[in-house]
Amino acid sequence: MRESNLGFRAGIVSIAILVIFGLAWHLAVSGTGPAQNIDPEYAKLLGQTAVQGKSAMPGPIDVLKTIWGHLKEPFYDRGPNDKGIGIQLAYSIGRVLIGYALAIVVALPLGFVIGMSPLMSRALDPFIQIMKPVSPLAWMPLALYTIKDSSISSIFVIFICSLWPMLINTAFGVASVRKEWINVARTLEVGNLRRAFTVILPAAAPTIVTGMRISIGIAWLVIVAAEMLVGGTGIGYFVWNEWNNLSITNVITSILVIGLVGMLLDQALARVGRAVSFPE
Amino acid sequence: MSDEKFISIEGISRHFDAPGGGKTTVFEDVWFRIAKGEFVCMIGHSGCGKTTVLNILSGLDLPDEGAAIVDNKAIEGPSLDRAVIFQSHALLPWRTVLGNVAYAVSSKWRDWTKARIEEHAKGFIEKVGLKGSEGKRPAQLSGGMKQRVGIARALSIEPKILLMDEPFSALDALTRGTLQDEVRRICLDTGQTVFMITHDVDEAIYLADKIILMTNGPEAMVAEIVENPLPKERDRNQIHKHPSYYAIRNHLIDFLVTRSKTFKSEVPNDYDRRRPPVVRPQGQPQPVPPGEAGRKVA
Repeated sequence: MRESNLGFRAGIVSIAILVIFGLAWHLAVSGTGPAQNIDPEYAKLLGQTAVQGKSAMPGPIDVLKTIWGHLKEPFYDRGPNDKGIGIQLAYSIGRVLIGYALAIVVALPLGFVIGMSPLMSRALDPFIQIMKPVSPLAWMPLALYTIKDSSISSIFVIFICSLWPMLINTAFGVASVRKEWINVARTLEVGNLRRAFTVILPAAAPTIVTGMRISIGIAWLVIVAAEMLVGGTGIGYFVWNEWNNLSITNVITSILVIGLVGMLLDQALARVGRAVSFPE
Repeated sequence: MSDEKFISIEGISRHFDAPGGGKTTVFEDVWFRIAKGEFVCMIGHSGCGKTTVLNILSGLDLPDEGAAIVDNKAIEGPSLDRAVIFQSHALLPWRTVLGNVAYAVSSKWRDWTKARIEEHAKGFIEKVGLKGSEGKRPAQLSGGMKQRVGIARALSIEPKILLMDEPFSALDALTRGTLQDEVRRICLDTGQTVFMITHDVDEAIYLADKIILMTNGPEAMVAEIVENPLPKERDRNQIHKHPSYYAIRNHLIDFLVTRSKTFKSEVPNDYDRRRPPVVRPQGQPQPVPPGEAGRKVA
């Protein structure tokens, strides 16, 4: 009862903040009224900004109109520079998911090896420590030079930025599985492979999924920047293209959509995390 | 005769790296035997290497010198013939009660069908009094119930030897008593060979046929082996009336309080590490000091 009451009150405050922000935004950008004593010919040349005192910044209503336009037709395709926001998003999500999946395929087995073998852990540590802090975009020229395909290069950048959190968390999760659980498996003469899947994987799963959740967040941050660089398709390219078109409403719309998709990706991984967690 | 030395510990020693460099010898040249169907307890203070002895018997640890021989075979690693009940119960928290026991059953009989594994596991869950809790996870169970699952898991693989590392020490007194009764009943019924580590003198007297006394570590040794003079059929509420009860109890407490420290400096002349002296405290009925019965010595 108390919990739901708090949720309800928080919802009201959220809506109030949204309304106040929207009103303030609207007032800040709306015009101060028609300017007096201007020659109509001159006014035509100056445009609305000067004549009506209206800001060049779009207001919330302009943005809502744009969003509505995108919602009505998200998947249209009228050539390379005019595609619906849905298509652009699909390109970005597709690249993120491919790069991310490749990172899982590499990070999980490698993390297992590092976590189980103190030797490999020590031996690989300097490489990981040096590679981890490198901005993923610094890999872009190298990727473009070797792969010679901008789309695959951005997938590679997603791969490389998703890799480290997953790798480090998997190694840590595997290395810190409780000794007594391992001993249970040993006294039951459980083989190495079965032990890895029935004891170590479930015990380390919450830590591994935490790493995966960090990775998907970083991947979604990086894809926008990567697509701005390589261009062509994707939501990052869309933002940059609309900036070049000086369509600020579309830029704001993109920001909202990027945030929304990032939140959905994060929530999906949070759900996976809850599914593999166990109370002790 | 092979029954008499079903388990034979022959001159085992174990050294660990000392913090400042060098080695610490936990125990040295330890010899003892356990016959088939015997319930043997080991008593000694912390640091005398009791748990290490148990780990060597389970195969989780190996001795630096000597050998642990079971059924004429030296122990080289963990085996399904020897089940361990851990002090911390060590249940897998992501599995249910049934899942935990079934995991052990399926490890022993790998070709069994799922239905057969579950049926077998359920039988042992019922045996430890947890019928109806099969679907619960360890986090939903009390400490005593968790340890019951640990016992069911160990028994379910029908081991030749049951190894217990202070299995009841983390439980409250009432639960501890009930579980001792149940473990005793199950072990008597099945003629289970048991090696158990304990701090609790009364637990040892109630459960054990033989009690191995370890001196203080480091360089601990088996001081003597005490035969329990009480009859095999014991009633928890009646044993303190047995004429020999206080003889054995005082003998054990004397050992823990003083002789565990002093034994090494006054080793008897005829002491042979290979055959530690066997004593059987017998006594005339003694007056019961008030408030003494049931006191725990740790």
